[in-house]
Amino acid sequence: MPSKNLKYSKDHEWVRVDGDIAVIGITNYAQLQLGDIVYVELPEVGVTVERDEVVCAVESVKTAADIITPISGEVVEANVDLDDGPELINDDSFAAWIMKIQISDMSEIDNLMDEAEYADFCENED
Amino acid sequence: MGKTPLYETHISLGAKMIDFGGWIMPVQYSGIIREHNKVRESAGIFDVSHMGEILITGPDSAHFTDFLITNSLIGIKPGDVIYSPMCYQNGGCVDDVLIYCLSEKNYLLAVNASNIQKDYDWITANSEHFDVKVENISELYAQIAVQGPRAQKILSEITDVNLDSIGFFKSNVSMEIGGVRAMVSRTGYTGEDGFEIYTASDDAPKLFKEILETGSDRIVPCGLGARDTLRFESCLPLYGHELSNKISPLQAGLKVFIKFGEIDYIGKKALEEEISCGIKKRITGFEMIDKGIARNGYSVFTKDGEEIGYVTSGSICPSLSKTMGLALLNADYIKSGNEILIGIRNKKVRAITVKKPFYKKKYRKREE
Repeated sequence: MPSKNLKYSKDHEWVRVDGDIAVIGITNYAQLQLGDIVYVELPEVGVTVERDEVVCAVESVKTAADIITPISGEVVEANVDLDDGPELINDDSFAAWIMKIQISDMSEIDNLMDEAEYADFCENED
Repeated sequence: MGKTPLYETHISLGAKMIDFGGWIMPVQYSGIIREHNKVRESAGIFDVSHMGEILITGPDSAHFTDFLITNSLIGIKPGDVIYSPMCYQNGGCVDDVLIYCLSEKNYLLAVNASNIQKDYDWITANSEHFDVKVENISELYAQIAVQGPRAQKILSEITDVNLDSIGFFKSNVSMEIGGVRAMVSRTGYTGEDGFEIYTASDDAPKLFKEILETGSDRIVPCGLGARDTLRFESCLPLYGHELSNKISPLQAGLKVFIKFGEIDYIGKKALEEEISCGIKKRITGFEMIDKGIARNGYSVFTKDGEEIGYVTSGSICPSLSKTMGLALLNADYIKSGNEILIGIRNKKVRAITVKKPFYKKKYRKREE
């Protein structure tokens, strides 16, 4: 379930900030739009990514969706459970995180939406 | 955007709707994989009313229809259905269609949704020297497909007609089913036994509801997503992917649907030339070795990095637990067992060419 501590990007990712680490996944709205998820291309651990860069991808039966990082920094961990269980994202998209990034610029967090803002944002997407 | 007569039905069933070539259509109801599996195991019902119907009538209708299509109409009887590509002079495809022989002088072409106007214009433009009438009657008819091993049992509960009397690629051109009048054929696009039902647009919601209620837990409504994975596993071509104005039926592996001999038809010269010169490119099946899904348009390379074609369709195959693809490849590489590379995003991942179809079709062909 979403928590009050989550932040959201306009690309339908959720971000949980844990010290200087950002844990990133896709939202329930995103997984519903995608449908059955059948493959997650995970990012390479150790690479440095810039905000708005395509880092990896989530593929459903119908389509491939780029994962665009809302946060700059170094990828320190990828959720390898998704290799064999991509459907975990459909089961609970807030539990099935995709990657952890060591945040290089904390101010980027301020650009993200809170839960209420994100709910409004989704309403306008429909 | 076009709506089928079943639009309200889809909304009430909670379908996820998408724009499909100008039509607002259900892509899924309960989930593509679940719907796919239900069709393989039991039955599924699909609204395919976006498909078009073009009627050719008149004294020359048989002769003219035969001139339009690559397959042969010789020996066709009322109630028979045939599949055929319809080509341009250069051998490229205008469309691939089903031809229903309604009577000796009445032929109904079931055409792809996105090609309705193009096909109608093409057919009309070529009809000049024939005594025929060509009508686009797509608006008048809805089309419902009921597919899967239990399709016949479910439908038999809502009609007095013995469905065994409708053989594979045969139709009953006017019968009562679910309290409405319809044309019913043993045809489909899933690789399973099943039926396609043509009925008046106004009658479609009643019939759809009747089939769903009668089928109960034996049937689920299925969207275009499952329709695509089902046809893909069976390697049935999809116009715009495995067939197009640039891909001839020979390249698509549809030689069995091309007539040879004296009878003239549009595209004959080009197709015969293509055979005598050797078919240079062919739709080839492949299985992914590495992870990833090869999608339409991705480039295909040899192990040495030489580009040899592109992906036309690719998907996971729910019934096979494999990820497969179809690609238009340089004919030197179509033999099974060739390792190839697919360009997916910024990577090249490994795949191997395999035989088609991926899923063995379970058609019910009657011994005559």
